Amino acid sequence: MTPLLQVRDVSRYYGPRIGCADVSFELYPGEVMGIVGESGSGKSTLLGCLAGQLAPDAGEVLFDTRAEGPRDTLKMSEPERRMLGRTDWAFVHQHARDGLRMGVSAGGNVGERLMAVGERHYGEIRTQALDWLGRVEIPDDRVDDRPRAFSGGMQQRLQIARNLVTGPRLVFMDEPTGGLDVSVQARLLDLLRGLVREMGLSAIIVTHDLAVVRLLADRLMVMKDGRVVEGGLTDQVLDDPQHEYTQLLVSSVLQV
Amino acid sequence: MMEISNLSKTFTLHNQEAAVIPVMEGANLAVAAGECVALTGESGAGKSTLMRMIYGNYLAASGHIMVGDLDVARASPREILTLRRHVLGYVSQFLRVVPRVPTLDVVADPLLAVGTSRQEARARAGALLERLNVPHRLWQLSPTTFSGGEQQRVNIARGFAHAYPAMLLDEPTASLDPVNRETVLQMILEAKQRGVAIIGIFHDAQARRQVCDREVDVGVFARRVPA
Repeated sequence: MTPLLQVRDVSRYYGPRIGCADVSFELYPGEVMGIVGESGSGKSTLLGCLAGQLAPDAGEVLFDTRAEGPRDTLKMSEPERRMLGRTDWAFVHQHARDGLRMGVSAGGNVGERLMAVGERHYGEIRTQALDWLGRVEIPDDRVDDRPRAFSGGMQQRLQIARNLVTGPRLVFMDEPTGGLDVSVQARLLDLLRGLVREMGLSAIIVTHDLAVVRLLADRLMVMKDGRVVEGGLTDQVLDDPQHEYTQLLVSSVLQV
Repeated sequence: MMEISNLSKTFTLHNQEAAVIPVMEGANLAVAAGECVALTGESGAGKSTLMRMIYGNYLAASGHIMVGDLDVARASPREILTLRRHVLGYVSQFLRVVPRVPTLDVVADPLLAVGTSRQEARARAGALLERLNVPHRLWQLSPTTFSGGEQQRVNIARGFAHAYPAMLLDEPTASLDPVNRETVLQMILEAKQRGVAIIGIFHDAQARRQVCDREVDVGVFARRVPA
């Protein structure tokens, strides 16, 4: 099987400081990978580089495109990369407002993504938007409301609907449950897990929450000071951590 | 079906003055299809550690862990995930699930993972819950709030949902009443008849006699550790 994403020696510097350095891994279709590490460990920088939002200083990011097989997304033209961002890729931001259009209705937020990939039939767009809002548990009578009037958890679910409506193959998530109440978090995790399974999605999830990766990610990478210090099966890394930093991270989690 | 050879394990605790704790040395064990082997040894002898290594949850320091054609001690995460999905089942003592997911779906999950239709997976899950006397009214609730015994039965139902050719059972009867305990032992015997290779930890000596063909004292491997 061809990996969906092959990352080779990706590095990004901020002046003399390391953002992330020499990161390599492969992600296969249907796999969910978690990236954990404390603030400033480089995980968001890495995610930005992978998703084409930041230009790495070195390395390759090969994505298995539908038409032409693996291609280095860093060497693509800007319009090509933007097209990928609208079709095969999705990006779920920590703050829903970064991924939503706050002045457009919930239905419009979802419909807009469909229009961006060429859907023109109003009835079809409306039907699909409603279907997706239902899947993320946003009631029918809120479809015409703007996201500003939504709770944090609901905004986040709307962002997920907006991202997944076009049937992407790879989803990047930056702290998708950050800043939400635990009860809302649980609901969102359940939703994400179901969607990953049903749609056969691959995903890369950046978070500092070890409980989130345990439930969502098959594999885990631990980052410190811009470098990957440990990687492996999620439960193995969490239950039998090898690196000093991972051991500290795991043993620092508060028990409830 | 499962063959462990010359397996060793050490833990290095970096944050406690880098203490290196060897826990097992030269472990050997072979389990054929249709056989159930009990791991014995006092608490702390390494029974669960050995089981976790076979499942790929703990890393082996050296040696081989063959499950079918795969050496778990050397396999990539992706290979281990495939093994866990199709070949190797594990009933742990703890139920770890996504909050809010109904019990019926928790049990059906391993079947969905191997591509069984939702309807068929739910039917099989329901039959198992029925057999293990988990009341109908609980099926649509998340098991996170269930009693210890109920959670264990949900865990067992989940572990037996897919017909794995190899299984690891960590105290499957520990907190069960006599009726359910008997049911679980019966399920283990049926699995053996189907040719499932089983490694189990049973503190209940009578249960051990009932379902296990052999006992292996893990303490022997622990004592081989150089002092």
